Amino acid sequence: MYAFDLERPTTLDAAVKAMAAGGQPLSGGQTLIPTLKARLADPGKLISLHSIPELKGVSTDAEGRICIKGATTHGTVAAEAVAYPALAHLAARIGDPAVRTRGTIGGSLANNDPSACYPAAALGSGATICTDRREIAADDYFQGMFATALEDGEIVTEVKFPVPQVAAYEKFIQPASRFPLVAVFVAKFADGVRVAITGASETGVFRWAEAEAALSARFEASALDGLAMDPDHMIADLHGDKAYRAHLCGVMAKRAVMHAA
Amino acid sequence: MPKDSGIGASSKRREDVRFLTGSGNYTDDINIFGQLHVHFLRADMAHAKLNGVDTAAAEAMPGVHRVFTGADFEAVGGIPCGWLITDRFGQPMQEPRHPVLAHGKIRHVGEPICAVVADTLAQARDAAEAIVLDYETLPAVIDMKAAVSDSSVKVHEELTSNLCYDWGFVEDNRDAVDAAIKGAAHVTTLELVNNRLVANPMEPRVAVGEYNRSDDMHTLHTTSQNPHVIRLLMGAFVLGIPEHKLRVVAPDVGGGFGTKIFHYAEEAFCTFAAKALNRPVKWTSTRSEAFMSDAHGRDHVTKIELALDADNNFVAVRTETYANMGAYLSTFASSVPTWLHGTLMAGNYKTPHVYVNVKAVFTNTVPVDAYRGAGRPEATYQLERVIDMAARELGVDPIALRRQNFITEFPYATPVAVEYDTGDYHATMDKLEEIADFAGFKARRAESERNGKLRGLGINCYIEACGIAPSNLVGQLGARAGLYDAATVRVNATGSISVMVGAHSHGQGHETSFPQVISEMIGIPEDQITIVHGDTSKIPFGMGTYGSRSLAVCGSAMVRAAEKVINKAKKIAAHLLEASDGDIELKDGRFSVAGTDKSVAWGDVTLAAYVPHNYPLTDIEPGLEETAFYDPANFTYPSGAYACEVELDPETGHVKIDRFSAADDFGNIINPMIVTGQVHGGIAQGIGQAMLEGCVYDADGQLLSASYMDYAMPRALDVPFYTVDHSCQTPCTHNPLGVKGCGEAGAIGSPPSVVNAVIDAIASGSGKAVAHIDMPLTPSRVWAAMQ
Ligand SMILES: Cc1cc2nc3c(=O)[nH]c(=O)nc-3n(C[C@H](O)[C@H](O)[C@H](O)COP(=O)(O)OP(=O)(O)OC[C@H]3O[C@@H](n4cnc5c(N)ncnc54)[C@H](O)[C@@H]3O)c2cc1C
Repeated sequence: MYAFDLERPTTLDAAVKAMAAGGQPLSGGQTLIPTLKARLADPGKLISLHSIPELKGVSTDAEGRICIKGATTHGTVAAEAVAYPALAHLAARIGDPAVRTRGTIGGSLANNDPSACYPAAALGSGATICTDRREIAADDYFQGMFATALEDGEIVTEVKFPVPQVAAYEKFIQPASRFPLVAVFVAKFADGVRVAITGASETGVFRWAEAEAALSARFEASALDGLAMDPDHMIADLHGDKAYRAHLCGVMAKRAVMHAA
Repeated sequence: MPKDSGIGASSKRREDVRFLTGSGNYTDDINIFGQLHVHFLRADMAHAKLNGVDTAAAEAMPGVHRVFTGADFEAVGGIPCGWLITDRFGQPMQEPRHPVLAHGKIRHVGEPICAVVADTLAQARDAAEAIVLDYETLPAVIDMKAAVSDSSVKVHEELTSNLCYDWGFVEDNRDAVDAAIKGAAHVTTLELVNNRLVANPMEPRVAVGEYNRSDDMHTLHTTSQNPHVIRLLMGAFVLGIPEHKLRVVAPDVGGGFGTKIFHYAEEAFCTFAAKALNRPVKWTSTRSEAFMSDAHGRDHVTKIELALDADNNFVAVRTETYANMGAYLSTFASSVPTWLHGTLMAGNYKTPHVYVNVKAVFTNTVPVDAYRGAGRPEATYQLERVIDMAARELGVDPIALRRQNFITEFPYATPVAVEYDTGDYHATMDKLEEIADFAGFKARRAESERNGKLRGLGINCYIEACGIAPSNLVGQLGARAGLYDAATVRVNATGSISVMVGAHSHGQGHETSFPQVISEMIGIPEDQITIVHGDTSKIPFGMGTYGSRSLAVCGSAMVRAAEKVINKAKKIAAHLLEASDGDIELKDGRFSVAGTDKSVAWGDVTLAAYVPHNYPLTDIEPGLEETAFYDPANFTYPSGAYACEVELDPETGHVKIDRFSAADDFGNIINPMIVTGQVHGGIAQGIGQAMLEGCVYDADGQLLSASYMDYAMPRALDVPFYTVDHSCQTPCTHNPLGVKGCGEAGAIGSPPSVVNAVIDAIASGSGKAVAHIDMPLTPSRVWAAMQ
């Protein structure tokens, strides 16, 4: 770890001001701290979002959306997002208890790891990512591996999830990291089905248009029969080649449909 | 009625009180006034010519005391290898110099190049970034078969090739084996990889070097399984420090699994630098460093052929193995694929002809050495896999095929130079059939199939040679050390006992089990007995703990020393009781005169030894303390039969280990609970190897599995509840306790049954038959094999 300064603002306003002077947000630290320990980053100044009450909590807005503040931990989401069971279930299976007690939704979405869980939920639900300066539709937010629409210094303050009729998240774990090797989020809304896949693609989380069309016509696992994911843009690594990941997309999508609740 | 103390009792592990309450004293807990911290600049390239190192800027950084480079170690010895192998042409193995810090050349990712010593670790790390290396990258030598081709780049210029040795065993068997295979009714051939592993003890390696000018005394505190071995290797071969000026202390050690046997560069460095700087110097490995600097395990590529006659009797086994040594020869590296592997290739079977060929190869990877089981898991895996494959090819029951070929008469001299003293392989197989509920398998398989899953059952036997080892024998085989052990039994004046042992406990529970033996012999409570280990200034010269040897070898030394104590105490008691010492009996902590009611308590006798007022001073010395060295007459041969049941998801290739049963024969047992724990841990590691763990380099020599993000360790969810049984007991015939050793069995015995079970599961499905899948059986590999 390189030496750094740490600021601990207690209001969002103070955090935004601090960010303007340069620095990097520190939320749960479950990604950032290991990066610092390995000396892979030298941010100089960290601005902790941990002591800002207005950045924490789960609520429901007038449109019935589940609204999760940016610095809410996975553990809190697992316990409190009960109105959206697939989302709570997803949060309950991120990492281990230590990770869930510290790690936050804002950190996860800002980081946009190609194997992270929340991006699949956000994209699969058509969520809105709110920042200190604007609201961004999930479809515009995710821009490839570790890339998002966030500008320099922009802070994720809240994520608003429309609640589908039924949904499920099926995660096939990578045996070492226990992040998704491939995970599929399927959400059925009155106006159609969304299918978002994480862990699989070199371009990060993505929607599977063919599966969405098939499932929007008939919401049954068998509707996906015969649909094959193109292995071309899949990730290949120690834990699975392109063909395996492409295959798992289909299997996990079907299972998500079967388990949707 | 189970006993509640002494031999056979499941006494609770007394050491766990401090381990579980955070009050252990590990090497990293040792902080010495004035200590400095070292950070090693390690290679991030696999192979390079190192033209120069510019440390000037680093040396000028705040807090830096000195930056050491390879040049500083030119005058000292290289890290030695403890075992000389003679190849099949009678030539000694090629043995390259292993420098403390890289000099002139870099040979693997993680090799230490420079050592920065500073007031704080952060300062040392900062300064290391200011070091400028002048180097030219060379092509990396990674694949073993390519490494031994004539055109390969050499890892060591001074050697003739990358081949360390080409070993044949028994070379005289070669022609007979070839002939037997040619004439056989059936030959099953299997090519497989025994995957490279990283040991991953919970506690990383740590070294604290200390030097005292006033008495010219060096002290090294280190995470070691064998402090005397480190003192010998480092003192005599590397730094030239005589034993009486060098103390090595290995306090609580948080797991070793073999990788803490070896003498490492960092230990030599901290000892050397402490004198050079006249300050204590400390190094604590990070987990990332551990991945690229702890000796790795296994890494064999093998072709095995099993020949059978028309009645399915095994007639010959022939193997050819490429064994990865890594870039340098670690302490016992050369012995693992040879004497610890070739000698076990007969397994539990009376195969008349066996020939083992091993080519040890240098590559640009971390050195490979002993890891729990060391050579014996590699032998067991290939043999038990090829037998299963033969059964499948011949359409015969894998258990019946094994039973038919079991060795049943003991002692049994194998065609690979060892003599099994005792065993009963049918008994452990019978026990396995009973505890594993083979009868219920059909119903369980049907249930799995109803859920869209495939269920497989795999079994295997194993035999291992442990209680390492008869010194004269291993000396003939090239060992550069004896493998006896030693114990001093020091009886205190009031009768309590301290036993100083050469064995080292780093999880095995010696502090509990060793006192049980003394308690049984003398009849005093276990809590009156304490074990002292891990400090060369306190214990007699012993060779440490590995190869499931502690109880069989060091425990035997302890028994011999205790016998001497008891004999002397009987003389004292005879004097006190005015009887002849031949009539004195010791029972339940009292000496009595046979046939009378005259007796004297243990404590009164020990007190007399130290307060010798009424004492036969003309005949015997005061005091009650004896030492014994014990050199085993043979190896011990634990054996067993294991069964694994898996459930496989054919859609994803995911395998769940559903049941695991182990029937072991460890001879006599001192503490059944500790034995059970050792078996559990061993099986977990075996399942880890079979299902999860794989250390992988890319073609450029970069370590791809360099952290827990990519190297999968077994977790609680990956292992089932085990059914273990060790009631089959054929006591060892040549040590006083009749014990065989149980520390490695689980890791040796479990991988083949796991893989056999997965192959069985796949065969039960409607898809394509799969003959073999290399470990680890990750979902992607299983799925790919099934396509
Ligand atoms: C052992 C382990 C297992 C894990 N398993 C999983 C898993 O299965 N699935 C999964 O999805 N994740 C997993 N994670 C990652 C975990 O969910 C992290 O918590 C998460 O990715 C980052 O959240 P954080 O709050 O810890 O962010 P931090 O580590 O604090 O920050 C991460 C990045 O986001 C930035 N940032 C943080 N908050 C904000 C914000 N509000 N606005 C803008 N930028 C911000 C930081 O500057 C930094 O660049 C695992 C992590 C560990 C250590």
